[in-house]
This record gives sequence, C-alpha cells and structure tokens, in this order.
Amino acid sequence: MTDIAAEAALDTLVVERDLPHPPEKIWRALTNSALIADWLMPNDFAPEPGRKFAFRAQPMPQWDGVVDGEVLEVEPPVRLAYRWDTGADPASGLRTIVTFTLTPVAGGTRVRMEQAGFRPGQEFNLKGARFGWERMLGDLERVAGTLADGGPGQ
Amino acid sequence: MHAASDLLFRTLGDPTRRALFERLARAETLTVHALTERSGVSQPAVSKHLGVLRRAGLVEARPAGRETHYRARPQGLAPLLGWMERYAAFWEGRFDALEDLLKRMDQ
Repeated sequence: MTDIAAEAALDTLVVERDLPHPPEKIWRALTNSALIADWLMPNDFAPEPGRKFAFRAQPMPQWDGVVDGEVLEVEPPVRLAYRWDTGADPASGLRTIVTFTLTPVAGGTRVRMEQAGFRPGQEFNLKGARFGWERMLGDLERVAGTLADGGPGQ
Repeated sequence: MHAASDLLFRTLGDPTRRALFERLARAETLTVHALTERSGVSQPAVSKHLGVLRRAGLVEARPAGRETHYRARPQGLAPLLGWMERYAAFWEGRFDALEDLLKRMDQ
C-alpha cells in the first residue's frame, strides 16, 4: 500500500510503502548500482559518503535527463540519503535531498522515501492562479498518482 | 512545453469543458449520454467539447457497442503540474518497479 503525503513541510514529498521483504534485501536494491539501474535509473552510484554520482534518464523538454547526486548518509540497512539536483541553474532546477528509511514491520519492511527541498511555485506559477484551479487540485493529486512512470519530466 | 500548457489553458479555460473534464476525472468512464445529463448543454455541444478535450490529450474515447465511453487522461495535465506532483507520480512508478525487482531477486 502507498501513502503519499506532503507532511511536516510543504517542501517535502513523502512516499511510503510496506514491502514483503527483509530490510537487508531492500537495502541492496537501494544501494547496488546495477540493481538501482533496474528500478530507478542508470547510474554510477556507490554507497560511500561524499561520493558524487549521476542518474541518467532520457532527456525531456525542460530536463536534460541528468540528476546530479552526492551521497550524504549511509547507515545499512536503515537509512540512505543523497542529494538530488537537476539543472545547472538553481533558479529553475531542483536542489533536493532524497532520504530512504527502512523500518521492519510485521511481514516485511516499511520503505519511506522523503524528497525535501522543493520550492513551491518554482516552475509553473500559473497553477492555481487562473480558471479556478484550486477546485481541481484535489483531483489532480489523486490522478497524479496514475501518471505514466517514464520520468518526472514528462 | 509552453505551447502545450497554452493549449491546456485554452481547452480548460472554457467552463463547460472544464466541468466535463472534472466529471470524467472523478468517474471511471462515462458516455456522451451520461455526460449530457446535468451538463446544461445539448448532446452535440457535449460531443464537440469532448472532441476539443480529446485533441488536447485530456480525454480518450473507446467505442463500446453503440456508445462511446470517455475517460479522463490525467497524464494530459502533466505540463501543468509542478515538480512535486510530477515527482509524486515518478516515485510511485519507481516503487512499482522496485517491488517488481524485489520479487525477482534472491534473498
């Protein structure tokens, strides 16, 4: 099951899911470069604090397909944090920190992904400003979860 | 990208079209008949609006017998979504892929 919440701070996205696998196995999927490529994006990641790396996806409009990362925290099999930056220009690109936290639960592991550092209104100031979009936002939030998963730049 | 959002704003700037899209976004699928009820406009007008929504990529149509079933295409809104909304959808998809990988992995 999944719970998306923008809790605590408006600048933080939280996605949480309980998975029927032990933390050690999930930790491997989160930290092994080849396994990360399987579920997230091609990369040159290594779980070493201070390590600079990149995720590379298909370029899209407004995004060159590159996420610049730097490993911040490695605490197996509990906590992994890295920088997630896009775009050379901080005014239009992202400067976020992604943190995975693994917590044992009955029958498996709760995987919590927090992406912090979003700046509201950074991209499209149009949203909410015209045509009574506020009314639609509840629906948008719901349907956003069904968007194609090809990449965030779609 | 800007052309895409301009088209979306033009398309959803019409209150009747916006109402049709909102009803479809809340339902699974609806026919032109069902959409005409409570819309306050004629069936040909509803059909015309649905055509505009379709060309903007906001609605898809599937013929089923004599009727055509319409459904909202939420991904058509992507050009209007901010980073957080896009990333919410992105991570959902990646979590699905992670689950799939874990099933294929040895312990």
